[in-house]
Amino acid sequence: MREMPKSALSFQESQPARPTGLLAWLHIDLPLLTGLLLLSALGLAVLYSAGDQQTTLVNKQMIRLGVGFTAMILIAQIPPQHLRRWSPWLYLVGILMLVAVILVGEQGKGAQRWLDLGIVRFQPSEMFKLSLPMAIAWFLADHRLPPSLSRLLAAGLMTLVPVLLIAKQPDLGTALLVGAAGAMALFLAGISWHLIAAVGLSLAALGPAVWYLMHEYQRQRVLTFLNPESDPLGTGYHIIQSKIAIGSGGIGGKGWLNGTQSHLEFLPERHTDFIFAVISEEFGLVGVLALLSLYLFIILRGLYIATQAQDTFSRILTGALSLVFFVYLFVNTGMVTGLLPVVGVPLPLISYGGTSLVTILIGFGILMSIHTHRKLLPT
Amino acid sequence: MPQSSIKDHLFESQLFLSRALVSGILVIMVLMVLAGRMFYLQVANHDHFTTLSKDNRVKLQPLPPTRGLIYDRNGLILAQNLPAYSLEITPEKTPDINATIEALREIINITDEHVERFQRLRRQHRRFDSIPIRVRLQEDEVARLSVSRHRFPGVDVKATLLRDYPQAMKTAHLLGYVGRINERELDYIDTSNYSGTSYIGKNGVEKSYESLLHGQVGLQQVEVNAKGRVLRVLENRSPRPGDNLHLFLDMELQRTALEALGDNNGAVAAIEIKSGGVLTLVSKPGYNPNLFVEGISTEAYTALKNSIDKPLFNRAIRGQYPPGSTVKPFIALAGLEYGVAGYHQETYCPGYYQLPGKEHKYRDWKKWGHGEVDMEESIVESCDVYYYELARTLGIDRLHEFLQGFGFGQPTGVDLTGELSGLLPSREWKRKTRREPWYPGETLIVGIGQGYYLSTPLQLAAATATLANQGHHIRPRVVATIEKPDGTAQPSPKIVDDLQQLEPIHWNQIIDAMTEVIEGLRGTARSILSENYRIAGKTGTAQVFSVKQDEEYDEETVAKRRRDHALFIAFAPVEDPQIAIAVVVENGGHGGAVAAPIARKIMDKYLLRDDT
Repeated sequence: MREMPKSALSFQESQPARPTGLLAWLHIDLPLLTGLLLLSALGLAVLYSAGDQQTTLVNKQMIRLGVGFTAMILIAQIPPQHLRRWSPWLYLVGILMLVAVILVGEQGKGAQRWLDLGIVRFQPSEMFKLSLPMAIAWFLADHRLPPSLSRLLAAGLMTLVPVLLIAKQPDLGTALLVGAAGAMALFLAGISWHLIAAVGLSLAALGPAVWYLMHEYQRQRVLTFLNPESDPLGTGYHIIQSKIAIGSGGIGGKGWLNGTQSHLEFLPERHTDFIFAVISEEFGLVGVLALLSLYLFIILRGLYIATQAQDTFSRILTGALSLVFFVYLFVNTGMVTGLLPVVGVPLPLISYGGTSLVTILIGFGILMSIHTHRKLLPT
Repeated sequence: MPQSSIKDHLFESQLFLSRALVSGILVIMVLMVLAGRMFYLQVANHDHFTTLSKDNRVKLQPLPPTRGLIYDRNGLILAQNLPAYSLEITPEKTPDINATIEALREIINITDEHVERFQRLRRQHRRFDSIPIRVRLQEDEVARLSVSRHRFPGVDVKATLLRDYPQAMKTAHLLGYVGRINERELDYIDTSNYSGTSYIGKNGVEKSYESLLHGQVGLQQVEVNAKGRVLRVLENRSPRPGDNLHLFLDMELQRTALEALGDNNGAVAAIEIKSGGVLTLVSKPGYNPNLFVEGISTEAYTALKNSIDKPLFNRAIRGQYPPGSTVKPFIALAGLEYGVAGYHQETYCPGYYQLPGKEHKYRDWKKWGHGEVDMEESIVESCDVYYYELARTLGIDRLHEFLQGFGFGQPTGVDLTGELSGLLPSREWKRKTRREPWYPGETLIVGIGQGYYLSTPLQLAAATATLANQGHHIRPRVVATIEKPDGTAQPSPKIVDDLQQLEPIHWNQIIDAMTEVIEGLRGTARSILSENYRIAGKTGTAQVFSVKQDEEYDEETVAKRRRDHALFIAFAPVEDPQIAIAVVVENGGHGGAVAAPIARKIMDKYLLRDDT
């Protein structure tokens, strides 16, 4: 591949010319940026409502968005070959930090997730949402695709190690997303459907083992998911109240700032993981469909960028990042609507909270970098 | 190699494209599933969830009605509702109740008694009910509590209306009191109407007029948040306050009667003859009903309950005393009516009476006898032998029938709960309860109001009123008018149950004789002779224990508690009877000396008030 820059360029010639101007100079993809900004703006409006019309939450979230978008633009400036070169190192450093978290990490909500670096508290698990697809893309891109079985096993191991370390913290949500990132990368790398079926079946068989490894509160969540009414005042309360919020929203919704479930505090975690229920209650089915369309647009734009990428590393990485974004969306909405068990995954770009927001925007920065550096392939 | 590389590159690109395509399709499919789920929740089940959402936020809250007030006949307030602050704890919202109570104790005064009562109430209530631990908080206590309120989740200071009886002990037996609703009462009250009420009438007027005094509960629909805090009122249906009651009671007479009784235990009942209204109803000793409103301490309650003077016992309607000689005018009337005795017909009294062929001597209170006595003298001097003879002549059946007409042996039907009926013995009664035949000697004892014969002070007053009214019997009643919340007043029903028509001359003869009890030289109650109005009365002495045959009876040596009860019945003025009174002074000795002056003081108060 490295030997064939010319032929890669020849493919490029059939593509439409890259846009010029400030956006091009800043390595920004306008459709993606538009989608992300719209989502963020919608998120702020909903947060204003969910936060009882106090600007404190909105202001804090705006600062985080500012940080996130800045990071996105900065990352977009980095040529993909640098990212590729850093990939293995980022992965290794990440693993070391995960081990450090388990040894000396900060406790929070019964789970060890944080590493205190003196100035900032850092959540290494979050990094793997990016560094794992990067590392797998790096690992698989050097050889022929679809990958051989041994390489596949190695890539599987690369995924499994951080996932297990994160699950041990325990942080089921992040472990799930990191695992999904690895799985998406492998899927896009072209592993055979037979293998996918085999892995799927064995995972189903592994269910009992996973059950055994889970923490009590996680098991409780699964049990409650299967029958929320069994514990209406305990763990089932979240799902029941969330479904009431969504269902009572109807087609047109109760109107912005008028959601009773959220404003009268029946809906727990309404700024964070359950903000989708607030949207559903206040904007109804119409609003939800508009929101999902916006998400779909961003995901499809990401996949489009992946198909336009010029090397295997870029393709796998951008594709995996786009699909992880989708997994975020699905796990969160699935949980809030009662389709999936309660797993602490925020609604991307809308839920209140900084860490995942910045991670997601950095991911889009990578997408933009790859998309806008297309002609500047390494020689 | 380069060749294959190109092929590889193309192949990989194709492979990726197909995978990306599959991914895109999967994404769209999953999102469609999600959209389907949203449709299911928001459209198909919208109504269901709307109802749940409404149930979540809208709660119905009862608005307790204000309890009706009670006034005496002159508009003096007897029972009212005073605002008071109480400290309440909601167990569900309080993490550690014992620790909370301990911490509260450092701020305000909470005794072990309070804690004990709180724990008792707690067992009777649901976890989310607010249960009082202290009532009638002082202002400074309220201030201290509000400062450190944040320390006590689930603890609230509530402003409530607390029932208050300004006359306290003086009206205790008549009015009764309210107390917290207990489990037994929960079984029969309309729980929805009492949903906001914690007090219920336990005794007296408070109990018998409970349904009117309580009123009708109101409801408000409120919006609450997840913590149950009320945010706004959506709908309001005001409660209908309880009716106010105006009693026949004259507080001045009540006070007079209590003062006149002095240190004695006893009961006084006075009835307004024209209406049957109860002017005075006293039972002494009394108790402070306000203690029961807050919830009396076990210690104080035990003390009241075990006191030898039985302060909780309402002697006026539950005290069953032998009426003694006070029944003599009624029996004399029976003699006249049945034609077995004439007003001027004389009987010889040697100081004792013997049934033909029997050894037993039925003694007269006057050991050496009254000599020849006619009916008037028999009442004036209260000759027992005369009545032994008259009772024997009449026989128990006629005695029973006649005395029943005056209300003996049955409840007066006064509008108070718990009234006892006394006992008017009869052949049938004895057969039923004792499984024994009636003995002639027992008839003689009935003739002087002793033996099985028992009656309550109110019964005696009612019988006296009927006598004064010449057979026109009006059921005694405590409540005169019921004042509805809209201001309309409704008089309580006057229930008349006249005796069979008797010969008018007989009434006058008996009343004349009763007047002579006060005005005659040998009258047993001549000490209460009044210059201002004429009184008709009859003294009585009820034996607490029986004197054995041929045993000397010495008042001085009998311990106070075993002394006879002094009784007196009277009405006045004789020409136009207004007030009928019955007085029982427990262990008071002779009726004329102890009980009659009490009646006189009350009559003075009632009849001469306008003159002074």
